[in-house]
Amino acid sequence: MTTEKDNWQLYEVFVRGKRGLNHVHVGSLHAADDRMALTHARDLYTRRNEGVSIWVVRSGNITASTRDEKDPFFVPSADKVYRHPTFYDIPDDVPHI
Amino acid sequence: MSDDHVHLTLAEGHEDDTRWAYGTGFEDPLHGVDSAVPDGIDAGELAAVCVALADDALVLAQRLAEWTTRAPELEEEVALANIGLDLLGQARLLYSRAGQVDGTGRDEDAYAYFRDAGDFRNVRLAELPGGDFAFCVARLLALSAWRLAHFERLTASDDPVLAAIAAKGVKELSYHRQYAAEWVVRLGDGTAESHHRMQDALEQIAPYLDELFTAYDVEDEVGAVLKQVTKAAGVPLPTCRPLPGAGRDGEHTEHLAPLLAELQSLARAHPDATW
Repeated sequence: MTTEKDNWQLYEVFVRGKRGLNHVHVGSLHAADDRMALTHARDLYTRRNEGVSIWVVRSGNITASTRDEKDPFFVPSADKVYRHPTFYDIPDDVPHI
Repeated sequence: MSDDHVHLTLAEGHEDDTRWAYGTGFEDPLHGVDSAVPDGIDAGELAAVCVALADDALVLAQRLAEWTTRAPELEEEVALANIGLDLLGQARLLYSRAGQVDGTGRDEDAYAYFRDAGDFRNVRLAELPGGDFAFCVARLLALSAWRLAHFERLTASDDPVLAAIAAKGVKELSYHRQYAAEWVVRLGDGTAESHHRMQDALEQIAPYLDELFTAYDVEDEVGAVLKQVTKAAGVPLPTCRPLPGAGRDGEHTEHLAPLLAELQSLARAHPDATW
């Protein structure tokens, strides 16, 4: 049997905590459409003063890498130390690096 | 960034405010506001305004809290609880202000827990019992549209404390009105069943709308909002004869006393308890 509930989509929620920072994934929720997803996200994920901006996106619209791809995707970068900016002196007053 | 998580990120730099689990930077809406009653203000009248608006908020907050564990969706339950807590916050500030200006020095608990139904001055629309979700959002639309219009005028109040409380409330009420309006449209313009329920809900609230418009002339403004939303919902706002009597004069429906009995039972059983 199909119920109304089956029409509700799963959404992923991203919140930007402060100006200058990135939107960060905080969780997911169900909603009937994009607008409702946004208000639900506001009510569920920003009620403790966490955010200044919200993104919601249907979970089905996210293309994710799979566990099977873990080795070919990520292991090759593990030994390329020269790709890290470790040869610079970073000033103490530069955060978020 | 190693701890690329919004909650941890927010906690940074707020070590002095560790009681908050997540968000920080909370503002006291009355910070720096002089609490002395300005010259030329009728203290009794000011206290009466504060108590009436606080009673509306407290009673509606209680009705919204009744949806906890009963809402159709988890997300809606949290949304309704959030709105109720916003209203409870407004009620606390308004009761505290009333106690400062009416000369009794009563605290917020004295107003909330130790007055009987006949002493409450809330409009009757706030105290009507739960109903279905359509009734919940229809009532919330009417009360938040009206309260928002009222608070917008109160931001220019001669009393700086009331003006500050109103300024804080305007932002909250704008969201409450938007939330309710979206649901009224969604239900009115939804299935045959939801349309029918929204029609019933609007018929139930219609007789109680008239008594909202006493202190300020906001009837045209609120009426326009309600017309706009109900038009979008495809459910006309019924016109009907207003009910006689006024909650503002202490004349309530039979539903207020049981609501207060539940609300007040703990505080009355254990006076002066803290928790």
